[in-house]
Amino acid sequence: MMQQKRPFPYGTLILSIVALVSVPVMIIRYLYGLGAMSNLSDGRAWGLWISFDLYCGVALAAGGFTLAALVHIFNAEKYHPVVRPAILTAFLGYIIVILALLVDLGQPWYIWHIMINWNIHSPLFEVGWCVMLYTGVLALEMSPALFERLHWRIPLRFIGMIQIPLIIAGIVISTGHQNSLGSMLLLLPYTLDPLWYTPILPALFFVSAVAVGPAMVILESTLSGMAFGHAVKLDVLSGLGRIIPFFLGIYLIMKLADLAAAGQLDMIVNSYPQNVYWLAEVIVGVVLPMVLFSIPKIRNNRAGLFGTALLVIGGLIFNRFNVSLLWQEIRPGYTYFPHWMEFAVSAGVIAWAIIVFMLAIRLLPISEHRGEAEAPAGRVPEAAAS
Amino acid sequence: MSKGVLYDGNRCIGCRSCQVACKSWNRNPAEDTTNKGGYDNPPRLSATTFTTVRFREVDHNGKFHWAFAKTQCMHCLHPACEGACPVGALKRDKDTGAVVYDDGRCFGCRYCMVACPFGIPTFEWDDPLPWIRKCTFCSGRLDGGLEPACVTACPTGALQLGEREDLITEARARISASPDKYVDHVYGEKEAGGTSWLYILPVPFEEMGFPALGEEAPTENPHIAMRTLPYYAGGVVVLMAGFYWLTKRKQKLSHTGDKHGKKEGVAK
Repeated sequence: MMQQKRPFPYGTLILSIVALVSVPVMIIRYLYGLGAMSNLSDGRAWGLWISFDLYCGVALAAGGFTLAALVHIFNAEKYHPVVRPAILTAFLGYIIVILALLVDLGQPWYIWHIMINWNIHSPLFEVGWCVMLYTGVLALEMSPALFERLHWRIPLRFIGMIQIPLIIAGIVISTGHQNSLGSMLLLLPYTLDPLWYTPILPALFFVSAVAVGPAMVILESTLSGMAFGHAVKLDVLSGLGRIIPFFLGIYLIMKLADLAAAGQLDMIVNSYPQNVYWLAEVIVGVVLPMVLFSIPKIRNNRAGLFGTALLVIGGLIFNRFNVSLLWQEIRPGYTYFPHWMEFAVSAGVIAWAIIVFMLAIRLLPISEHRGEAEAPAGRVPEAAAS
Repeated sequence: MSKGVLYDGNRCIGCRSCQVACKSWNRNPAEDTTNKGGYDNPPRLSATTFTTVRFREVDHNGKFHWAFAKTQCMHCLHPACEGACPVGALKRDKDTGAVVYDDGRCFGCRYCMVACPFGIPTFEWDDPLPWIRKCTFCSGRLDGGLEPACVTACPTGALQLGEREDLITEARARISASPDKYVDHVYGEKEAGGTSWLYILPVPFEEMGFPALGEEAPTENPHIAMRTLPYYAGGVVVLMAGFYWLTKRKQKLSHTGDKHGKKEGVAK
C-alpha cells in the first residue's frame, strides 16, 4: 500500500522537522531544568503546556467517548465508520497529554507516586488516574485494529467479549476526567476571574467537551479524507453537525443561568476587558456555530461543516486558555509569555502524534473507507469486535 | 488548638534578622540580587528564600508611614496546597498547624503553586531534579519545643508564637488599646478560611501587597465536587448500561421473525 505514486511529501517533511526540533529541547530540559527552556516562574507555574496540551488536549480527545457512546450505546449505526478514527484521535490526544507532562512535571519518573500516595480530595489525583486508566482503555479499544492486522483471533475474540464493559468504562472515566479538569479550577476562587469561576465549572467542562467531540471528528475526518483520499460520507458528518448545536445550547444556557443565579450577569457588560474575551468565546465558539449548524445548506456542505467545526474547536480552546491561563491572576511582579522552546515542545508533541496517526491509518484497518471514495459503505471484513 | 504567629507591624523595625535566621536554619544560600530602587531584598520569595520583609512608603490617614511586612507561608487552616496535591506531599500538622512538605511524595506537578491564594510555594526552576520549596514553620523546631528561627531572631517582639486563639485575642487587645496606630483588622483570622500566621498593621493590608480574600476556604468547592464524583460516575454507569440494554432490546424486538439478523450481542 506504500508504493502508490505521491508528490513530494512536504507535509511529512515539515512534520518531521517539528518533531525532531522538540528532541534537543527536551534534552535541555532534563539537563538544565525547566527554567532553562521555559518562561515559567514562581509567579506562573503552569503555562502553555498545561493550558494547551492538558486542558485542550483532553477536551479535544472527547470525540472518542462521545462517538463510542453514540454508536455502541445508543446504537446509531450510521456513525460506525468514524468510531475507530475517533477513538484513535482520542488515544493520540492522551499520548500528547502524557508526552507533554513528561516535560512539564518536575520529576516525571516519580509519577507512580500517584498510585501509592492517595489524596482523594485532590482533583488532580482524579485527573492523574483518569489519564492512566483511560489511556489503557483506549489502547484496548484500539487493539482490535492491531489484532485484525496480525490476524490474532483469540485476543480479538477476548476484546470482543469485553467490548461493551470496556466502552462503558471508557465513557465513565472520560466523563469523570472532563469534569475533574473543571474541578481543578475550583481551588482557585480567589485567582480565577469571577466571570469564569463558578461551582458548576466541572459540569461546564463536561458539556463543552461533549459538544466539541463530534466537531473534532468532523475536523479529523475531513483532514484525513484530504490526506488519504477516502472521504467519509457527507451524510455521516452532517449528522454529527446536527448533534452539536444541541449540546452547545445546553452549554450556553448553563453558562448564562449560572451567571444569572449568582447575580453577576452585569459582568458580561461591565467587567472590561474580561468581557471581551468572554463574549468572543461565547459568540464565536458557541452562538455562531449553533446558528451555522442549523442551516441545512451549511450542514450539507463539507466546507461549511469543516469551517463551523473549526469555530466550535476554536471557541473551546479559547475557553480553556481563558480559565487556565489568561484570567488566572499571576503573582505580583511576574509576567509570562511562553518561551519559543515551550512552543517547540507543544508543537513537537503534536507532530509526533500526527506521525503516529498517519502510520496507524496506513498500516492498520482504521478507516473503513479505504480507497472506496463515496461508494456505498462496503465494510472491510471485520471480526466480532470493532 | 494549634499554634500561630502574630506579626505586629508597629513593632517591626525592618531589620531582616528573621530573613537571616531563616536562611541559616534552612541552610539556604544567599541570592545574587540587583538594586532596583526598593528595599525588598531579595525582591520576592524563591526556592532559597522562604521569607522576605516588604518595605513600603504609605500615605495613610494623612500620615506618612514607613511600613514593613514579613512575608512567608501563612500556614492556612484549610490549605489550598494540601487540597491540590494529588499525592498528599503537603499536609497540615494538626498539632502545630504547620503545613509541611514531603519531597518523598512529590513529583513536581506544581498544582500547589497555582492553587495557593497567597502565592507562596516556589520551585527549583534551574535544577534538573526540582522540588517545591516553602516556609516550614520550622516544624522540626516546634516539635522540639523551640520557636521558629525567625521568631527567635526577632529583636523587638514583632513576631510572637502562641496558641492561635490567644494570639487573636492579643491582637484585638492591641488594636483596641491604640486604635489610631492600627488598621482595625486582624489579617489571617478569617482570610481564606483562616491562617496560622496573623497580622496587624498600621496601614491598609492592600498597601502592603496582601491579597484581599474572602472567608471561604478555597478547598470547599473542590471537596464538594470530589465527594459527589463517585455518585456521578455510578450514575453514568447505570445510565449507559440502561441505554445499551434498551437499544439492544429494541433491536431484538424489531429483528424477531427476521431470520438473517446479525448475531446478537457485541457485533456492532
